[in-house]
Amino acid sequence: MLTSLFNSFFDGISIGSVLLLSALGLAVVFGLMGVINMAHGELMMLGAYTTFVVQNAFKPLGQPWFGAYIFVALIAAFLVTALLGLVLEKGVIRHLYGRPLETLLATWGVSLILQQFVRSVSWVMMLGLVVFCGFFFGAMTLLSRRSHFQRIRGWAITMLLPLSAGIAWAASSTLGQKYQLAVTKPWFGAQNVDVTAPGWLRGGIRLLGAYQMPYVRLFILSLTIICILGMYVFLQRSVWGLRIRAVTQNRSMSACLGIPTQRVDALTFALGSGLAGIAGCAVSLLGSVGPNTGQNYIVDTFMVVVVGGVGKLVGSIAAAMAIGIANYLIGANALSPLVAWFPPLANLLEFFANSSMAKVLVFALIVTFLQFRPAGMFPQKGRTVDA
Amino acid sequence: MADTSPLNAQRPRRLRQTSLMMEVGIVIVIALLILFVVPLLLTAFGQEFRINMLGRFMALAIVALGIDLIWGYTGMLSLGHGVFFSLGGYAFAMFLQLQLPEGELPEFFTLYGVTELPFFWQPFHSLPFALAALILIPALVAALLGYLVFRNRIRGVYFSILTQASLIVFFHFFNSQQELINGTNGLKTDTAKIFDVYAGSDQAQSVFYTLTVVGLVLAYGLCRWLTSGRLGKLLIAIRDDESRVRFSGYNPTGYKVLVFAVSAGLAGIAGALYTVQSGIISPKTMDIAFSIEMVIWVAVGGRASLVGAVLGALTVNFAKSILSEQFPEIWLFFQGALFLIVVTVLPGGFVGWLRTQGQDLFRSLIGRRRRLMTYPRLAEDPEVEYERQNLRN
Repeated sequence: MLTSLFNSFFDGISIGSVLLLSALGLAVVFGLMGVINMAHGELMMLGAYTTFVVQNAFKPLGQPWFGAYIFVALIAAFLVTALLGLVLEKGVIRHLYGRPLETLLATWGVSLILQQFVRSVSWVMMLGLVVFCGFFFGAMTLLSRRSHFQRIRGWAITMLLPLSAGIAWAASSTLGQKYQLAVTKPWFGAQNVDVTAPGWLRGGIRLLGAYQMPYVRLFILSLTIICILGMYVFLQRSVWGLRIRAVTQNRSMSACLGIPTQRVDALTFALGSGLAGIAGCAVSLLGSVGPNTGQNYIVDTFMVVVVGGVGKLVGSIAAAMAIGIANYLIGANALSPLVAWFPPLANLLEFFANSSMAKVLVFALIVTFLQFRPAGMFPQKGRTVDA
Repeated sequence: MADTSPLNAQRPRRLRQTSLMMEVGIVIVIALLILFVVPLLLTAFGQEFRINMLGRFMALAIVALGIDLIWGYTGMLSLGHGVFFSLGGYAFAMFLQLQLPEGELPEFFTLYGVTELPFFWQPFHSLPFALAALILIPALVAALLGYLVFRNRIRGVYFSILTQASLIVFFHFFNSQQELINGTNGLKTDTAKIFDVYAGSDQAQSVFYTLTVVGLVLAYGLCRWLTSGRLGKLLIAIRDDESRVRFSGYNPTGYKVLVFAVSAGLAGIAGALYTVQSGIISPKTMDIAFSIEMVIWVAVGGRASLVGAVLGALTVNFAKSILSEQFPEIWLFFQGALFLIVVTVLPGGFVGWLRTQGQDLFRSLIGRRRRLMTYPRLAEDPEVEYERQNLRN
């Protein structure tokens, strides 16, 4: 009995580590800007797709090299999503500061676009996008050198937007007609894609009795630990980490003291998005990935942020582990042997003993917990009225 | 129009009464038009299926009114209204499912080997109970959740996330309980009989259409009444600065719980009306995306404007059905762009734009000066304008 409890505890930790890895970026961003990034799940999904692309690129190289693709994929996923996060921050979120609810809706819009983008992206579409961005932003940059740019800005946008869209559409459609399916075929399509774990991650080690701990889970656990340590060192030891912590504590005071808050925001958002990419890379090892993969994770990761409280890494760690373990203990009905002497309670636990119903009970527990600690486990201390 | 401008309060009583009568008249005329003229027109153009569509979208407009009440006026963004919508829908669908000869069980129960009606199905034999339940159950659930959340002064993004999580929880509950409420498959209503008529028949559908129009008018009246008086002012105050309301000696918790429950009740009614017109209720209505879509209807139409909420729900849904008929792939891109544009460019929605920039544009088109909030020298000074645009806060 004790071994089974221990085993489910370990399973809970491994689920919790995935949760933590995916919630880490979200928690840092939320702590700093008070912004919930609904596109976080989709950034994870993009990280997973990047892994898929890198894996396919490594396939021709043969066995000894193929095993190492995962490390390249981790870096690539981080870079791709961090870059996208930077664009997102500069393009959308920057204009919505102080309006967290609007940011939430805007990032939801971004997440919808990303989902459909992954489904229908093809060479033609990519080309159209590149042409459009090239013309539009190139022309805007040229115009912005003119002295009266501010006055003609509105007109320039209304003229350039349809113009460059038209050019891009024309270019991509002529290309599509010339080369047909070779360029119009979607890269990934709406189906799920599979990432095969490298050979050295298959199998597992035996712990107590018949229980097996898969290497993949161990890999994700160690990845999480490395990310946490990296974040800790970055936040505590580096100059930019210091700035991030300062802005998290008091934005206006930091701005008064000369900290470039806008650059801190951009950097943090890129970092958080990059962490989402790493999480996506890890998630892709656990099962097949599809355009909707991100949706499965967002609510759980939000719960981690709510329960953990903002501004401290330890809150996220504790919350992710608690939620992961609680989910597993309830879902696998691991507690019922302990309460077998009290049939009504055992029956109740039996009712909740599957992964869907476990979520119901865990949510009830979270709401109950928030009755006692409304600001989470490790709240930010301060004297502000408005949290 | 909503009572947001301070000018309204100072108008003489008689004038206010006249404008109120005007508004009632306009609403009734529009309702009558939708009831009698629009179906005829649509039939004449050979678009009969759009009548049913209009009925369903008007049901959705009722939800939009509820969301406007809590988001536009009170500033609480709920991402979980799908729960209340579905609870209302399920309550009425359960009543319809039970319209069977004595002793028979709804068909799906036998599939799962259930021989006895679960206890919570029993009261749904009676129509009055079902009607009360489709309003009260969502309202009570919302009141309970709202009380537990607002009591601790949890608000803003935290509230949104918690409502979204509760949505997921309800989805999992309804989705996994096959022996109780048919799980993923949901409950079908169009083959059920109500007053000896099939709920899917034309006769019943036209009754439901009428009921929806009446329900929408009543919901509009209720929201209009709630938001125009002192309560409305308090709600707006809570939206703008809750701490200050607290310091002025009010306890916002009760009001927030009340308005959240009212909004949930409206969503319940809308869910029931939508269910009978679409013929099925399933856990799909508790999808995350659907609940956020509800918010965008209000955002497109115009926050803190009841007319805007109704218009937004109708326009976005018709745009959705037409666009996804023509280009199924584009719709998600379009919807995503809609979210981005509404939030960044049109924060007041369409009605909000009409009230501010739109009026100015119109006045400048017909060659009149634009309306000024302050003195001409201050308002028309380009430097002041530049500062206002570039040095916010």
